Amino acid sequence: MGTISLKNISKSFGSTQVLNNLNVDINDGEFLTLVGPSGCGKSTLLRIIAGLEQQTSGDVLIDNKNVNRVRASERDLAMVFQSYALYPHLTVRRNLETPLRLRDYNAFERLPLIGNFSLSKKEKTESINRLVNKTSETLKISELLDRKPGQLSGGQRQRVALGRAMVREPVAFLMDEPLSNLDAALRVHMRSELSELHNSLKTTFVYVTHDQAEALTMSSRMAVMIDGNLLQLDTPQEVYDNPSSLSVAQFVGSPKINIFKGTADSSGKVSFLNVNLKRKSSESNTDLHIGIRPEHLEITNESNENTFSGTVAYRENLGSDIFFHVNIEDGSNKIIVRGLPQFTHQISNGSNVNIKRVSDKALLFNQAGMRVQFTNA
Amino acid sequence: MEAKQYIGEGWKHAILIIGAIVVMLPFYMMVSMSLKSQQEIQSISGGLIGAQETQTFPVCVKTGYSEETCTMKPYQYNYWFAFEKAPIPRYLMNGVIVTLSIFIIQVLVALPCAYALAKLRFYGREFVFSMVLFCLLIPVHGIALPLYVMLAQAGLVDTYSALILPWTISVFGIFLMRQFFMTVPDELIDAARMDGMGEYAIVWKVMLPTAIPALLAFAIFSVVAHWNDYFWPRMVITGNRDLFTPPLGIREFRGGIDSDEFGPMMASIVTVTVPLIVAFIIAQKRFIEGITLTGMK
Repeated sequence: MGTISLKNISKSFGSTQVLNNLNVDINDGEFLTLVGPSGCGKSTLLRIIAGLEQQTSGDVLIDNKNVNRVRASERDLAMVFQSYALYPHLTVRRNLETPLRLRDYNAFERLPLIGNFSLSKKEKTESINRLVNKTSETLKISELLDRKPGQLSGGQRQRVALGRAMVREPVAFLMDEPLSNLDAALRVHMRSELSELHNSLKTTFVYVTHDQAEALTMSSRMAVMIDGNLLQLDTPQEVYDNPSSLSVAQFVGSPKINIFKGTADSSGKVSFLNVNLKRKSSESNTDLHIGIRPEHLEITNESNENTFSGTVAYRENLGSDIFFHVNIEDGSNKIIVRGLPQFTHQISNGSNVNIKRVSDKALLFNQAGMRVQFTNA
Repeated sequence: MEAKQYIGEGWKHAILIIGAIVVMLPFYMMVSMSLKSQQEIQSISGGLIGAQETQTFPVCVKTGYSEETCTMKPYQYNYWFAFEKAPIPRYLMNGVIVTLSIFIIQVLVALPCAYALAKLRFYGREFVFSMVLFCLLIPVHGIALPLYVMLAQAGLVDTYSALILPWTISVFGIFLMRQFFMTVPDELIDAARMDGMGEYAIVWKVMLPTAIPALLAFAIFSVVAHWNDYFWPRMVITGNRDLFTPPLGIREFRGGIDSDEFGPMMASIVTVTVPLIVAFIIAQKRFIEGITLTGMK
């Protein structure tokens, strides 16, 4: 079992409020990502779960037991840190053994030399060796066991840090931006490895990252946090398609969602630039923000009441896609449009283009940044 | 390299060589005098090792040895007579006992203190640390008399305790280790906590091994200072020769009937100095290697 519940968690450092009355229920075996821009309090939340930091108010429940007063070492959680935090003076094998030695050996058995006289120690040592060997085979680090962390590459250290967390078979893994010190290619590779690891271990993962791509690719649910508030907790697809607020919509998705200024008239009819939406807003007679993701805009040859035009300011070629940064005619903002290379390769910087939107994909937000639904009518 | 650069390098080396000679000269005199006969020392002749003529030494005969025993080469005589006259091995052992006890207790006190001051958050931490800094400013000689009175009241004068106790809390050690611990990443400590270590286990199993270079630097300061200390042992060891530390032992060669026999005296000084030099050479290698924190990032 590995359920974690956070109830009304608040945390302040002095007069600075870092976390604001958070409620999260993490299910057993779930891969939950806490994602948000840096400084949003996600690492603090993770440290509160771990027991390394004490919340100002609220409760942490692990497997339905209140652990507010339980020390980090007794919560049976394992943590992987951004800097890996391997013991620099110990070999990889000893790094992996350390949590097991601390858990299995009693105080007498941990003593140097005379600890070896304990009768039960031999048995425990064998079981520790078995677990270390099993873990190192799973992570393919068997041949590194006799090296010191200083002699390993970043990716190898990452695996060892994972191994040190895994050997203890904890109720949940806490990961604090574990991939952010790796180079881009390795990071993408480790994403899939972590997902596979999660599938085979079936243990709860709580994963902190500022990289929304990691959150989207790996998690079963993601919690978007901004400025100490939990804005949305849902599956990645749902967060992407149905963001609850403007800030979530802007944070999730790369390149960023395009925001247009528009209005809803008295009947709820929404218009922006020279375009009218077919569906009607549930809030009428107000200014709105209309969000459309780059892949829901197309470059087209047509010119009619559903298109608008602009000049290409910058062309970003990713091979599979080309993103066009376009200055639209009213000069209000710059938008990003995705184009497929086979149709748009001849378009260069400075050319004039017409842009059409894919229908039924626009998202409405009011002036306060909250989501506005369309009426079903 | 161009000729100009050679000249520039040459100047630097010339200055360094002069400095080295100034520092080495007393050591050269010490070693040389410990090998030569009294006449050669007084007439400043004989170069490094003297003529090494076999001769009979009058001071030795005066002390009560037969003339036959007192006939040998000067270097043999100097070292033999130094060990005959004073129990030098006993003094060396006292030196080892005192300096090692002081160093070990200093480490036992300073490491947890430094860890708490560097890494734990508690009310009044900054005040405690400023007190540590303040204590760095107090000269030893200023508090020597009160210390002596306290030890005398406790009946500890003329014991090992009197030599060791006043030095067990080293504010310099606390300060040095605290500065080093500040550079150890917090995540390493958090990782140890997650692995199930208590705070004391973190000090000895995580902080101590990463702090070996700083600890060696501190060891050199501490051991050299207390091995060579003359002032404090002279105060608290008033009569018992069995408790003499090496510097007190050297003093044995001053005064009395043979007040100016320098050969054996220098021989005893060489004997007292050599252990420190050997210890430094051994420590030096570890000192330079150290354990870097490269495993961290």
